[in-house]
Amino acid sequence: MADDEIILSELSDDELVLQMHDDLYDGLKEEIEEAVNLLIARGWAPYDALTKALVAGMTIVGADFRDGILFVPEVLLAANAMKGGMAILKPLLIATGAPRMGKMVIGTVKGDIHDIGKNLVGMMMEGAGFEVRDLGINNSVEKYLAALEEEKPDILGMSALLTTTMPYMKVVIDTMKEKGMRDDYIVLVGGAPLNEEFSRAIGADAYCRDAAVAVETAKAYVARKHNRPNV
Amino acid sequence: MAQDALSKLLSSRDWLMADGATGTNLFNMGLEAGEPPEFWNTDRPENIRALYKAAVDAGSDIFLTNTFGGNSARLKLHSAQGRVRELNRVGAALGREIADAAGRTVVVAGSVGPTGEIFEPMGNLTHALAVEIFHEQAEGLKEGGADVLWVETMSAFEEYAAAAEAAALAGMPWCGTMSFDTAGRTMMGITSAALAAKVETLAHPPIAFGANCGVGASDLMRTVLGFDAAGASRPIIAKGNAGIPKYHEGHIHYDGTPELMAEYAVLARDAGVRIIGGCCGTMPEHLKAMRAALESRPMGPRPTVDDIREKLGAFSSASDGTGDTSGDPKRERRGRRG
Repeated sequence: MADDEIILSELSDDELVLQMHDDLYDGLKEEIEEAVNLLIARGWAPYDALTKALVAGMTIVGADFRDGILFVPEVLLAANAMKGGMAILKPLLIATGAPRMGKMVIGTVKGDIHDIGKNLVGMMMEGAGFEVRDLGINNSVEKYLAALEEEKPDILGMSALLTTTMPYMKVVIDTMKEKGMRDDYIVLVGGAPLNEEFSRAIGADAYCRDAAVAVETAKAYVARKHNRPNV
Repeated sequence: MAQDALSKLLSSRDWLMADGATGTNLFNMGLEAGEPPEFWNTDRPENIRALYKAAVDAGSDIFLTNTFGGNSARLKLHSAQGRVRELNRVGAALGREIADAAGRTVVVAGSVGPTGEIFEPMGNLTHALAVEIFHEQAEGLKEGGADVLWVETMSAFEEYAAAAEAAALAGMPWCGTMSFDTAGRTMMGITSAALAAKVETLAHPPIAFGANCGVGASDLMRTVLGFDAAGASRPIIAKGNAGIPKYHEGHIHYDGTPELMAEYAVLARDAGVRIIGGCCGTMPEHLKAMRAALESRPMGPRPTVDDIREKLGAFSSASDGTGDTSGDPKRERRGRRG
């Protein structure tokens, strides 16, 4: 309907940002790219475009996913639209020295060959503006540690779908403790058979029930970490 | 064409009992975590025979082959994508051997699990590729002597439909279940009512359809009531987990007792389910209790959601995602561009 046609360039900044939230919700990649370019052309700081438009929009998507209103297909389309906008912003964010959202190294633990949940978390974390290095399945403690060394991430994410493999998360955390590096990272764990109690028992920072919770938790912990006085 | 073994059994019996867990049983036999279970078809055939035989001895009329992850997309993770045909053929042939020695009709169901890939446009999997992947597996299962293909634990209907097409290409009858584990729906958002309607749209529909795995026996039974409410006319399959995995002082166990699973089996039968089995955590002792209860307990009235909650425990979510607009976006829209 022509009456409903919205011309992005004719919207005020506030309206444009709200429209971007809707367009992210609907997974409209081209519209998001156009709107990001408009914000930048209007003199917005890349970091503001990222946080106020894209990340805020993905937060709404994440909340509706958590509440069982949206399902995986819609969320992946939204994350894809977000990535379109992110690709434009990324070089600008680096050029302006904007604070990073954060970086995550993620992988399924040794002995476990399941990866759908882990992949979803990776995609949604990228959708929320995080950098993600995916180690794939069946990761030994050595592989995790090498990736931490190489990437210097804020977050280590571990996934397990089997009751037989989830205890390996403790092996990784214990090794990090031995090497005195446990507190350098936020450790998030997830997977169908896990729960909060297990996560506490093995010394992780938090258990994430699903990909939406993982994103919220990651954001909360990274914010806390950044507010911490430098040691 | 002669009627397949499963259809024959279904036409002569009110209910059939399927098997229980594959993974849980194999881990108990010493399968190392990370090792693809399908490798045992050739490396440890005696264990796979024991797995199948335990289900038959516990009273199963149908058992699933150890081929759940036997598609090229999964086996590729172990650089074994070249062994699809072999591992499926052997997995089914071992099953044929056990079934033929049972002294009664036992159906060998060739297990076909998900590829683990996500369909385009979100992921990279195309319909044509998915059909090809499942077709390769189906041919192996057929060669080994599987009676039917058993597509299970699906989340995306696109993948379920691709498996249906592969079954048609292989000239095999099939059954197919999805895993309803996310607020009453599958991970990809499919409701029980949607599956009941969609199976009827397939060019090569399944003999029976239903639910497996998911979140415990209560949720699974609620899903089954959803199939029925949607007017399903095809036989329904229920293969629920033996409760929910719980972590207790360093080890993990499923909290569903044989008594609970017996209760679940009777409720499923009273709800009109024709094929009743278990999934994760369901051991031979659970199956024995289920069979005994199915044979000894009189038919009861069709259970309600409240009966299920009372007998099997609380649900994991308030609604099963069907009906009204519970699954639709609730946001106030600013307007949609056309």
